[in-house]
Amino acid sequence: MSITWWAVIGTSAAAFALKYLGQSIPEKFLSHPRIQRTNVLIPVALLSALVAVQTFTDKTTLAIDHRALGLGFALLALVLKAPFPIVVICAAASSAILYHFF
Amino acid sequence: MPVVSATARSTIRDSFSVSITVGTYGAAFGAASVAAGFSVLQTSLLSLLTFSGASQFAVIGVIGAGGSALSGITTATLLGFRNGLYGLRMAPILKVKGFKRIVAAQITIDESTGVALSQERLGEDAMRSGFWLTGFGVFIFWNLFTLAGAFGAQAMGNPAAWGLDAAVPAAFLGLLWPRLQSSKDRAVALCAITMSLVLTPFVPAGVPIISTALLAVIFGARGLVQK
Repeated sequence: MSITWWAVIGTSAAAFALKYLGQSIPEKFLSHPRIQRTNVLIPVALLSALVAVQTFTDKTTLAIDHRALGLGFALLALVLKAPFPIVVICAAASSAILYHFF
Repeated sequence: MPVVSATARSTIRDSFSVSITVGTYGAAFGAASVAAGFSVLQTSLLSLLTFSGASQFAVIGVIGAGGSALSGITTATLLGFRNGLYGLRMAPILKVKGFKRIVAAQITIDESTGVALSQERLGEDAMRSGFWLTGFGVFIFWNLFTLAGAFGAQAMGNPAAWGLDAAVPAAFLGLLWPRLQSSKDRAVALCAITMSLVLTPFVPAGVPIISTALLAVIFGARGLVQK
């Protein structure tokens, strides 16, 4: 079985298990303030790392290329309070333009 | 439809506007997933079965960048942990068992929980309606737009030529942005960016991303005053 199939099945199974577990166990579990604080910060840490790695690396080396310009425009769109699809389109369009011209 | 007629118009409006807005992001996921090397079928299955935007983007992002299946699954699962905590919050309000609980679990995500909690002043009935309407609404639109994005990307060819390689980090940034509320959030974000880039040349792809979860544990252990 290919790596992508493992990823699809593994991710889906784990995602559902977490959702179902949450619906099924008593609320007093995991209601500790430290777990609550960590839970808020996990997406912040992982999403930040994903932004950095997806923009500034190529395999296992650091790289600055057309994607950096795309991210810059995405950031600008977010600062200007643009909705999500506009943010993504701004990034894609600016990055594609740089990719074609250089 | 008794559910709808008994539901406050504002709850329906909130649910629908969230569903359609969030659903359109599905197109970005569908396109990014195909660009990362997943088939249209695999892409659709991720949206149907995983059904959690950040986790889906994470697994295709990590695999697309050359990470192992295990690091992709682990990153996605860490991001999906919060759905379990939403379930803890929603279960006493939903009070469902058996098959209904399975369905409720599958649609327990940021948006369904968010809309449900925002209806609190209207009572538990409105919270339940908000949860089910938003959950089903996002599910339908998210999957339709995923399919559209996946077919679109398949027709495009080279992802970089269409800016899809930049659309993925931009999507992550869009998901991150509303979460940067306190100075602690911003500190965690800066540390995570630095840590992941510093680690990249030395460890296998995917590991620099997962390892930043440690930052959440470290910063979460210290009960600093938020904001």
